[in-house]
Amino acid sequence: MSFVPIRVGFFLAIRQIKHASLWTTILIMFVMTLTFLNLVVINGVLVGLMQGAVTAEKNKYTGDLIISNLNQKAYIENTSGILNILNGLPQVSLLSGRYLAGGTVESGYKTKTRDSDVTESAGGVIAGIDPVKENNFSGIGGLMIEGSYLAPDDYDKILLGADLLYKYTPIDTPGLKNLKTAGVGSLVRLHIGSTTREVLIKGIVKSKVGELDQRIFMVDSQLRSIIGRDDLNLNEISVVLKPGVDPLFVKNILVKNGFDQGAKIQTYLEAQPKFLKDIAQTFSLLGNMLGSIGLVVASITIFIVIFVNAITRRKFIGILKGIGIDSRAIEYSYIFQSIFYALSGTGLGVLFLYGFLVPYVNAHPINFPFSDGIIYVTVAGTSIRVIILLITTVVAGYIPARIIVKRNTLDAILGR
Amino acid sequence: MIEIKNLIKTYHDGKVETPVLKDINFSIEDGEFVAIMGRSGAGKSTLLYQISLLDHPSSGDIIIDGVNATDLSSDDRTKYRLHKLGYVFQDYALLPDLTALENVALPLIMQGKTTEHAYSVAKKALDRVNLGHRPGNLPSQLSGGEQQRVSVARAIAHKPKILFADEPTANLDTESSRVVIDLFKELHKEGQTIIMVTHEEEYGKMTERTIRLSDGKVVEDRKNR
Ligand SMILES: Nc1ncnc2c1ncn2[C@@H]1O[C@H](COP(=O)(O)OP(=O)(O)OP(=O)(O)O)[C@@H](O)[C@H]1O
Ligand SMILES: [Mg+2]
Repeated sequence: MSFVPIRVGFFLAIRQIKHASLWTTILIMFVMTLTFLNLVVINGVLVGLMQGAVTAEKNKYTGDLIISNLNQKAYIENTSGILNILNGLPQVSLLSGRYLAGGTVESGYKTKTRDSDVTESAGGVIAGIDPVKENNFSGIGGLMIEGSYLAPDDYDKILLGADLLYKYTPIDTPGLKNLKTAGVGSLVRLHIGSTTREVLIKGIVKSKVGELDQRIFMVDSQLRSIIGRDDLNLNEISVVLKPGVDPLFVKNILVKNGFDQGAKIQTYLEAQPKFLKDIAQTFSLLGNMLGSIGLVVASITIFIVIFVNAITRRKFIGILKGIGIDSRAIEYSYIFQSIFYALSGTGLGVLFLYGFLVPYVNAHPINFPFSDGIIYVTVAGTSIRVIILLITTVVAGYIPARIIVKRNTLDAILGR
Repeated sequence: MIEIKNLIKTYHDGKVETPVLKDINFSIEDGEFVAIMGRSGAGKSTLLYQISLLDHPSSGDIIIDGVNATDLSSDDRTKYRLHKLGYVFQDYALLPDLTALENVALPLIMQGKTTEHAYSVAKKALDRVNLGHRPGNLPSQLSGGEQQRVSVARAIAHKPKILFADEPTANLDTESSRVVIDLFKELHKEGQTIIMVTHEEEYGKMTERTIRLSDGKVVEDRKNR
């Protein structure tokens, strides 16, 4: 095996590219760029959309590790023991604990004139939070779409998740009740068990995390007094770890100490709703399918470009063979041209992707109703797609070149 | 020495058979300058393509220096053309994307020569055809006569055993034609074997020997002068 045909192929390819029509070259490179972006970005947006939801779930709700009460228990047993251990671990960076109770908010009772008039109500989990700690953990104070966040000394004030208001979640089904007229500044009745309290809606939270947007928030000490809780056992503890710490490591410490007997201890991945994982996988599959269509289009484009190029140069291909140039050298020249188009096209694509698109979308996430979408791309994933695109173009360029080069030399020279 | 024995070429087009070369026999010594002549359609080009290994005869043998070229594989024929044969076509047949120098150097690079060596040999060949001053011109930037001289330079740069030319002057004016024919005469004086197809009696006479074809047969084979 000699390198001479490769050398000659390269020699010919460079000179052909140099003298090719500028507009044709730009057009082909553009097609390759779009194909590359199609291959990477559609998948990246679809996966990024879910990745946005996953990240939000982690940053705003679970933390790296979430500890909650066992289903059959009213609270996390031995909360103070768990907190002691966590506070003593150097890997732990932040904690936020919550008390939870089921309840409903009711509004419209003031305008009710007859007993038969119906008031509107919405049910949800009422979370008693430490406003400062919770805000440090999730930045929830910045997620207010109306009104303002809770202060530690707020008395008889609540925040509502956006899903509890028809205004923000316009769904009206028998199964889901929400408030249609109440808003920030309204007085509503809070029913927890047999206790009822009149409270003021101070603000509306929209986090795009389903669990949070269905909650009612109030200051923890108040919730405790309403439900008559005099111990300090929590229902939820979200734990944020120092960067690089494996959540499993901390979980295992807690498990070793036997705390899993009285509480559910989950890493953020374990706590992730299964549908998120399923949708992420489905979207990735969908993205790859759409990308594959683009790949087929690109390979057909390259095939046609090389085919037309080779057929219009049939005479010269004949002359090359006639004066003794190896067929393989001529085929290599077309392979090099295909590689040139593929590399320059994807090169532009990579520049655009990492130089503009990814940083831009990271800074300005796409505002999907249920998540702040980013473009999820990995270097490995991008490299694989570049390689796939390259291989496809090489094959798509080689086949037509081979078809034309194989034709009879003399017929080609004489153009018959 | 080139020996042509019982050479037959018949074209088949479906059921139609067109016999073009009908039992051609002759031999050419090394260093001869031969003109193949005859009326249009006599089969001159067809004969040249067979001898120059661009085409396969229907039957018969072409023996060059004892090697029967009809037995060679396609790859070996390509290599043979690259190393031993040179071609000048009527329409120059230069590659439009390559400069004059690159056109001449390409077969040398294909032979495995380094680029510098190929370029220096190609430069000498261009000097030989009086085009040493325009190595960087593309074919489109040269006149017809200049292009044909580049084509001659490409055909002789690798010092081929046989130089083939099919109507090398047909597209040229009288002056350019003279330049090309004079070049051939000089090359012949230096010992180059040349087989040239032409229908111009004037140029035919300038060769050593004329083989005249008519209807696919050799009707005359004589030494000139
Ligand atoms: N591919 C082909 N199929 C059928 N017949 C062909 C083919 N190629 C050439 N011929 C016929 O063979 C004959 C000889 O053709 P050739 O080209 O050798 O003539 P020539 O002597 O070179 O003529 P000219 O001086 O016009 O170039 C012609 O009658 C031509 O029609
Ligand atoms: Mg002819």
